[in-house]
Amino acid sequence: MPEIDIGTPVANAVDWLTENFEPLFDAIHAVMEFFTNVVLYLLTAPAPFVVIAVFTALAFWARKWGFAAFTLLAFLLVDAMGLWIAAMQSLAIVLVATVLAVAVSIPVGVWAARSDRASSVVRPVLDFMQTLPVFVYLIPAVFFFGIGAVPAGVATLVFAIAPGVRLTELGIRTVDAETVEAAHAFGAKPWQILREVQLPLAMPSIMAGVNQVLMLALSMVVIAGMVGAGGLGAEVMRGISNLDVGTGFQGGVAVVILAIFLDRLTSAFAAKKRRRKRRAPAGPTATTTPGTAAQPERDLAAV
Amino acid sequence: MTTSLELPADPVAAGETGVAAPVAIEVSHLTKVFGAPARRGLGRGRSDTGGGKPPAVADVSFTVAKGEFFVIMGLSGSGKSTLLRMLNKLVEPTSGTLTIDGRDVSRLRDGELRELRNKKINMVFQHFALFPHRTVRDNAAYALRLRGVNQNEAAQRADEALKTVGLEGWGDSLPGELSGGMRQRVGLARALASGADILLMDEPFSALDPLIRRDMQDLLLQLQRDHQRTVVFVTHDLNEAMRLGDRIMVMRNGKVVQLGTGAEILSMPADDYVADFVSDVDRSRVLTAGTIMRQPLVTARLDERPEQVLDRIGAAEGLGAYVLDEDGRILGVLSNDRLADAVHQRSTSLADHLTDQYASVPDSAPLVDLCSLVGRHSVPLAVTDDAGRLVGVVPRAALLAAIANTEEAPRA
Ligand SMILES: Nc1ncnc2c1ncn2[C@@H]1O[C@H](COP(=O)(O)OP(=O)(O)O)[C@@H](O)[C@H]1O
Ligand SMILES: [Mg+2]
Repeated sequence: MPEIDIGTPVANAVDWLTENFEPLFDAIHAVMEFFTNVVLYLLTAPAPFVVIAVFTALAFWARKWGFAAFTLLAFLLVDAMGLWIAAMQSLAIVLVATVLAVAVSIPVGVWAARSDRASSVVRPVLDFMQTLPVFVYLIPAVFFFGIGAVPAGVATLVFAIAPGVRLTELGIRTVDAETVEAAHAFGAKPWQILREVQLPLAMPSIMAGVNQVLMLALSMVVIAGMVGAGGLGAEVMRGISNLDVGTGFQGGVAVVILAIFLDRLTSAFAAKKRRRKRRAPAGPTATTTPGTAAQPERDLAAV
Repeated sequence: MTTSLELPADPVAAGETGVAAPVAIEVSHLTKVFGAPARRGLGRGRSDTGGGKPPAVADVSFTVAKGEFFVIMGLSGSGKSTLLRMLNKLVEPTSGTLTIDGRDVSRLRDGELRELRNKKINMVFQHFALFPHRTVRDNAAYALRLRGVNQNEAAQRADEALKTVGLEGWGDSLPGELSGGMRQRVGLARALASGADILLMDEPFSALDPLIRRDMQDLLLQLQRDHQRTVVFVTHDLNEAMRLGDRIMVMRNGKVVQLGTGAEILSMPADDYVADFVSDVDRSRVLTAGTIMRQPLVTARLDERPEQVLDRIGAAEGLGAYVLDEDGRILGVLSNDRLADAVHQRSTSLADHLTDQYASVPDSAPLVDLCSLVGRHSVPLAVTDDAGRLVGVVPRAALLAAIANTEEAPRA
């Protein structure tokens, strides 16, 4: 049995990339860092009470009282545990990684939906990215981007992007074929069909994808602590290394609070979007024009 | 493959109506093999793979005249939808030519094809295919908006189209708030608003309840009376085909098995497949008096003598005779009894013995209207043409035979 070593070539490739693509990685680093800092600044510059009030208002707008009360109490608890800054650091990384992941995954999903060949290329790549243990690409991320929030954000993006692509592709592929045909049959251009028919009708699926991207990104928060990203991950790591159950547990609770908040919020927005389209019926009784033989009232009566 | 911009000399398989009406659609040797390297076109959900398959549409040729209501009929899987979709190139033909208003469609560039679809040839779908996220009005205005008509005018024309289909005031609703029949009215309005004069309809009413289906057929007939469009209508329901179609083309396994008027198909099915179809039809509504009438056994003129007429009736074993004027219009009836009396009284004039003991129908009357009239008098039911002339008679036996099966007398 010959020994096959694929580790060495991969390591060489990473070295080669680090050397030859340094400007690219620097650029990505700068962009990620900039966005993360902007978001972090927005979250931490005001007093925690102000931010908590904003979160609560969002929650109220999305789902009314129950969720608003939960949000208020939960984030007050985070603050009371002394984890406010850490939670906001994690939130900033999660938000930036999610926004970038969605920005990449929608075009890729559209591309995969429109071409079977693209789909057959994209699919295994996604499987690979999602199933490869996170720690494994944390290492090259550190090689490329050093330590801190940026490698954490990039690893999070790579790990979380798959459902965004998948659900975009699925959403577009499952738009009723006859409806798309109808757009063609009336002479619409391909991009008009994409923008005015396929994307709007795929929106529930795409929003479900966004929600899942967000949840996967949150699941990376603790691991992000391992590459020096700070935040709640660092708290948990501290708990583990000091064998301090209390500290670790507090960090974990804060992660769960973030997760519940983001999940409920985004799923409510997705539902709201759908509901807004369904206003109350316009409600005139069907009128029968003189000269039309048949009566719509009968159609109504039959439903 | 030959392409011609001129109208070809031979009106391919034009059926018996060799009318000189201008041609709207001319299809010649159109074939579609899914999985064969198509020139271009739109996949229909299913993937176009799997070579060596039999053609979905095989060498089909026909012409549709301007203003004609042309029905394509066949069991599911016989290639109707594929054929219909080749007419606006939603499905790219594998071979054959298609001309619309004299223009070879395969030569159109993308932009021209879109314009053809937008302005000339519109489609109504089996499951309505409305845009669920847009209002009924926006749906109806779709073609207009695509061609850049401004919002107000498009909305106004959409509202007019909605009114035509009986949906006035529903413009602000969403399709999801409408019943099936109403949704298909929107589908129809979407095609009407664009002003296209060719309508392709793929089983548009088959997803609807029978009662509503009938309403929709009525609506369509009404629309055709007001403004005669060229319609190519796919259905698997022969009753619907008979009710709506000027001509019917029956397909099986991608091939044309028969093309003709409803009455032709009903009375002379080309093969068992068609005959099977035909057996389901409510013949009493589709066949007309004109298609089943027989030659009258005996007719008489007023200037004849009673004995002559009685002799002829006797020879033919009839029960009476229609008396006609010079133009062939019915003056009255002579029964055998009355004639015998006349001979007995040595009367020389038939006029004194005429009765009005008969009934008559126009030759276009459906058989269902004949049932209550036939057999009530000693003479068989009279069939008259537009000018009121006697063109044939319907004895009771002929009516029963026609309703019961396909064996019946050819046209008189
Ligand atoms: N996009 C496609 N790819 C492969 N086969 C198809 C496609 N569309 C239709 N067919 C096949 O072509 C045949 C005719 O289908 P269709 O035109 O839909 O028939 P109908 O409308 O009469 O039911 C069927 O055997 C069907 O499976
Ligand atoms: Mg079909």
